[in-house]
Amino acid sequence: MDPDVDKAREYFRQRDRRLVPKVTTVPEAVARLVHDGDYVAVGGFGADRIPTAVLHEIVRQGRKDLGLSGHTATHDCQILIGAGCVNRCDVAYVIGLEARGLSRASRRQFESGKIAVAEWTNAALAWRYRAAAMGVPFLPMRSGLGTDTMKESAAVEITCPFTGIKLLAVPALFPDVAMIHVHRADVYGNCQIDGIMVADDDLARAAKRLIISTERLVPESVIRADPTRTAIPYFCVDAVVEVPYGSYPGNMPYEYFSDEDHLRQWLEVEEDAAAFERFLDKYIRNTPDFEAYLELCGGIKRLQELRRTELMLHAAIGGGGAG
Amino acid sequence: MSAPAYNRMELMICLASRYLEDDRTAVVGTGAPCAAAMLAQKTSAPNLMVMFEAGGVGPILPTMPISVGDSRTFFRGLAASSMADIMSSCQRGMVDYTFLGGAQIDMYGNINSTMIGGDIQRPKVRLPGSGGAGDLASLCWRTMMITPQDKRRFVPRVDFITSPGYLDGAGAREAAGLPPGTGPYKVITDLCVIGFDEVTKRMRVESVHPGVTREQVQENTGFELLWAPDVKESAPPTSEELRILRDEVDSLRYIIGRG
Repeated sequence: MDPDVDKAREYFRQRDRRLVPKVTTVPEAVARLVHDGDYVAVGGFGADRIPTAVLHEIVRQGRKDLGLSGHTATHDCQILIGAGCVNRCDVAYVIGLEARGLSRASRRQFESGKIAVAEWTNAALAWRYRAAAMGVPFLPMRSGLGTDTMKESAAVEITCPFTGIKLLAVPALFPDVAMIHVHRADVYGNCQIDGIMVADDDLARAAKRLIISTERLVPESVIRADPTRTAIPYFCVDAVVEVPYGSYPGNMPYEYFSDEDHLRQWLEVEEDAAAFERFLDKYIRNTPDFEAYLELCGGIKRLQELRRTELMLHAAIGGGGAG
Repeated sequence: MSAPAYNRMELMICLASRYLEDDRTAVVGTGAPCAAAMLAQKTSAPNLMVMFEAGGVGPILPTMPISVGDSRTFFRGLAASSMADIMSSCQRGMVDYTFLGGAQIDMYGNINSTMIGGDIQRPKVRLPGSGGAGDLASLCWRTMMITPQDKRRFVPRVDFITSPGYLDGAGAREAAGLPPGTGPYKVITDLCVIGFDEVTKRMRVESVHPGVTREQVQENTGFELLWAPDVKESAPPTSEELRILRDEVDSLRYIIGRG
């Protein structure tokens, strides 16, 4: 990635600043904004508040040779790398699904040498987004000195001009395109996020193009009633798509919990490469849209269960657990 | 009265929890570290502040989180912030403890969670990578591990330093530029509790678990361990610790069921 901030300024100088409606469909947004060879960054935290519908559409439209920012990439990595859309990756965390296990399909991709890697840490990638968001070519950090991770990165050791201590300079990261799932957005792309931000405030500002998928479209008045809540302002946004349950099978804070049964299904089917291809065909490639995927996975009944799990209503209602 | 029965995971969690002092801060992951922190909060460290790397601060954990970014990590929390905010707190010196794990660990407490093999572009076994681990090991004051102990895991030299321990010995962290006074603190295994020798920064056994011999500990280690002059027997879980762990911390037995 090119940390040239003057080039970036020229790009942002041309960026559309008009307060105009940007609502579109997932296929149109991906067709227009995600191209073969692009460097892609995904918001949320792996299987928490992720833009699943947009990721599926990238697979469905057969994008290839993508670069991926592997900032806590778990189910998002499983989709994009597992399906073979990626040929290079800035790794902080990949192939794992935290406590759940490892994605065999994405592991095969890395072990086959098909993916060129650089190694980073979560903080390094978060601060690389921040440097880009600030419009500076790098940020200094004290983490990672002496590690092999940073030897395999593009970080450079520098000396502090004030105190003389050693620091690592991590270069600004301006992704070609980012996709972030939020709780609510207006038609212009002003967004509210409930719960942790992860790195999405900085990512939204660092990205050259940004697709917002939102649980709900809300009137502009909702945004204006409490502007302190605006995590992402409209001028960072190129497309807004409304996708209820859009983080499924991931968790969406205060809305629905992750579908652990379905995520386990992914992990199990990946043991066999051919079976996984059939699985991708069934659940993504031959599925017309994300609604059809939700139907395949149990539809509104299942989603209602996940909602009760998230809100911990089972004890009150007397039903069984969902996750 | 006979001593209560417990499994190895319960023992490790109880031992780890006792090292967490009250009124301190800890960044924890899912699994055993989270259980240790929750147990500490319900026993000796009621004011231990727990944080998660994705932004959760001070939750009242209703159940074990599945992800360090899931909604449980800020359930009724004091703050729901960001990765940059938590990592900045670590870098500023506000975080006392963290827990890490990995596929390999060496005598200086360096941890590998990136790959087995010699070529990062074509690893023999690809592992997830640093995540936040390399940052936490660099920046938190005291790094702890809860891990099974065997020769495959406790190796003379890790294939890849993901999370810095004492690198290649005394003074190496400081020479590399890592914040002074930080580093590995305790390694809690299924056989013993290991600290680090103050002079050499090498692993030094402090206590051996009930029923385990010194020979077993050394046989399950791929390098020569140092021994504290007063190696004790690790104090087993009390019945009160076990009650809280089983009934309140991990009532669904997600973690302790693996023991």
